[in-house]
Amino acid sequence: MKRIEDHPVLDFDRGEKVVFYFEGRPIEGYTNETIAAALHAAGIKVLGYSARKHRPRGFFCAIGKCSSCLMVVDGRPNVRTCMEFVRPGIHVRRQHGLESIVQEESDE
Amino acid sequence: MSERYELAVVGGGPAGLSAALMASKFGVKTVLVDENRKLGGQLVKQTHKFFGSYEHMAGVRGIAIGRKLSEEVMNDPNITVMLSTTAIGYYEDGTLALYQREPEEKLIDIKPQTVIFATGARENMLAFPGNDLPGVYGAGAVQTLMNVYGVLPGERVLMIGSGNIGLIVTYQLLQAGSSVEAIVEILPRIGGYIVHASKVRRYGVPILTRHTIIEAIGDEKVEGAVIAQVDERFRPIPGTERELDVDVICLAVGLAPIINLTWQAGVEIAYIPELGGHVPWHDEDMRTNVPNVFVAGDLAGIEEATTAMIEGELAALSAVEFLGKASPSELVAKREDAHSRLEDLRLTVFSEKVKAGIEKLKNWRANLTERAGKLPPKG
Ligand SMILES: Cc1cc2nc3c(=O)[nH]c(=O)nc-3n(C[C@H](O)[C@H](O)[C@H](O)COP(=O)(O)OP(=O)(O)OC[C@H]3O[C@@H](n4cnc5c(N)ncnc54)[C@H](O)[C@@H]3O)c2cc1C
Ligand code: FES
Repeated sequence: MKRIEDHPVLDFDRGEKVVFYFEGRPIEGYTNETIAAALHAAGIKVLGYSARKHRPRGFFCAIGKCSSCLMVVDGRPNVRTCMEFVRPGIHVRRQHGLESIVQEESDE
Repeated sequence: MSERYELAVVGGGPAGLSAALMASKFGVKTVLVDENRKLGGQLVKQTHKFFGSYEHMAGVRGIAIGRKLSEEVMNDPNITVMLSTTAIGYYEDGTLALYQREPEEKLIDIKPQTVIFATGARENMLAFPGNDLPGVYGAGAVQTLMNVYGVLPGERVLMIGSGNIGLIVTYQLLQAGSSVEAIVEILPRIGGYIVHASKVRRYGVPILTRHTIIEAIGDEKVEGAVIAQVDERFRPIPGTERELDVDVICLAVGLAPIINLTWQAGVEIAYIPELGGHVPWHDEDMRTNVPNVFVAGDLAGIEEATTAMIEGELAALSAVEFLGKASPSELVAKREDAHSRLEDLRLTVFSEKVKAGIEKLKNWRANLTERAGKLPPKG
C-alpha cells in the first residue's frame, strides 16, 4: 500500500522517519505511526497466525479492542501493534498463536 | 497509590471531554484517562462536516470540534489528563488500575471517589466465509488508518453497509485516493442520510440495496469478494453472485458498546438491540445501579457525538451531586437545560430507534426486578 501524500482536508504530522525491523528485514516507518500502520504502508498485511487453525491474521479494529493485531515486539508477545508506536530499531515479528512470555525471554 | 481524585473519567471522546469540563465548573478534581496519544476519541477521524444540530456545531468538521474540546480540557486547572493510558480494571475496593505505555511503561493504581465511564464503541463483525482474512477491516479501522496515520487502506474497496458511517467512510476513501467498487446493503433502502448517499453516487459508486457479501476470496489476504442479491427473507438468490476485484472489505454494520469495565464494576448489563446490544443499565441522568459509577456516550447506547456530549454533562452533574458539590437548585437548572437539548436532538426519524431503546431500558430493570423478586444494588 502507500502513504497518502495529498489530502484535501488533512495534513499529517508523521513525526520522524526511522528504521525498524520486521522478521529481520529493515522497514521504514515514522514515529507517529503505529507498528500496524507502518507495516501496512510497507505492504505487510499478515501480522500473525491464529492458534489452532494457523489462519493469517491482520488488524481489524485498529483501536486496541479485538486482539487481531498481536505481534512479538522485542521478544515480548501479545503486543497490540495497532496501539504501539514505531520506535527506531525495534524488532517486530509475526506471532504464531499464543506464544509464551517465559520462552521468549530465554530465547533472547 | 497517588493522589485522591474526586472523579476519574475513562475515555477522552466527546462524552468524556464534556463530562470533565462540566465537573470542572463545580471545582471537581478530575483525572481523565485515554488510551490514545491525543484526546478526541472518534472525533479525530471525522473529516466531514457534522450532521446534527448541537447549537452551532452542525456544519463544523468533527476534527475541529474535537480539537476545541481537547484544548479546553488541557488548559483546565481542575483536570489532570493522562494519555497513552488504558484503564485495565476496576475493583471492589474502588481501585481503578491504569496501564501507562508512554513516556514510560508503568502500572498506576488510583482510588477516585467517583467514575464516569465513556469508553465508546467497537465495530461489529459479520459472519461470512473468509471474514477473518487480513483486509477485512472495520470502518473505524479504515478511518483510523487513513485519517489519523495517513496510510491508504487499500486500492479497491468493497463497503458493506449504507448507514451514515458506510457512506461517510466511502467518501473519505475517495478523498484519500482509493476506489470504492460498490456499497452493498442488505435492506431494500439506503440507511443513511440522502445527502451523503448522493455525494458518493456523484463519484460513480454504485449503492446496491438488497445485496450482501457471500464470501471473501484469498488465502493469505483479501484478493476479492463475492456478492449476491437477496430475496425478501434476506436469502441469497442463486445465480445472482458476482465477483469483485477488491483488496479491502470494509464492514460498516454497526457498533457495540465497550462494556467490559462497567461490567467489572458491578453495573447491571441490559440487552437492548436498539442501543447496540449489551449496554450498562442507567437512568436518564446517567446514573447506574452502582452509586458512584456513571456512564455516557456510545457506551450508554450507540448514537452521535452531539448526544454523547450532553450525556457527558449529565453524567458529570450526577457525579457532582454524589460528591455533594452543588446546590439542588443549580443541579435542577443545569439538568433541565441538558435534557431539553437532548430532546431537541432526538426529534429526527433517525432517533426513533434510540428512543425506543431508552424506553426499553427504563422498563428493563423494572421487569427484571419483577422476575427476580428483588434486585440488590451491587458495588
Ligand atoms: C464515520 C463516522 C461518522 C460519524 N459522524 C457523526 C456526525 O456527523 N455527527 C455526530 O454527532 N456523530 C457522528 N458519529 C458518531 C460519533 O463519532 C460517536 O457517537 C461519538 O464519538 C461517541 O463519543 P464517545 O465519547 O462516547 O466515544 P468515542 O469517541 O469512541 O471515545 C471513546 C474514547 O475512550 C477511549 N477508551 C476506550 N476504552 C478505554 C480504556 N479502557 N482506557 C482508556 N481509554 C479508553 C478510546 O480510546 C476513545 O478515545 C460518527 C461516527 C463515525 C464512526
Ligand atoms: S486491531 Fe484490534 S486490537 Fe489491534
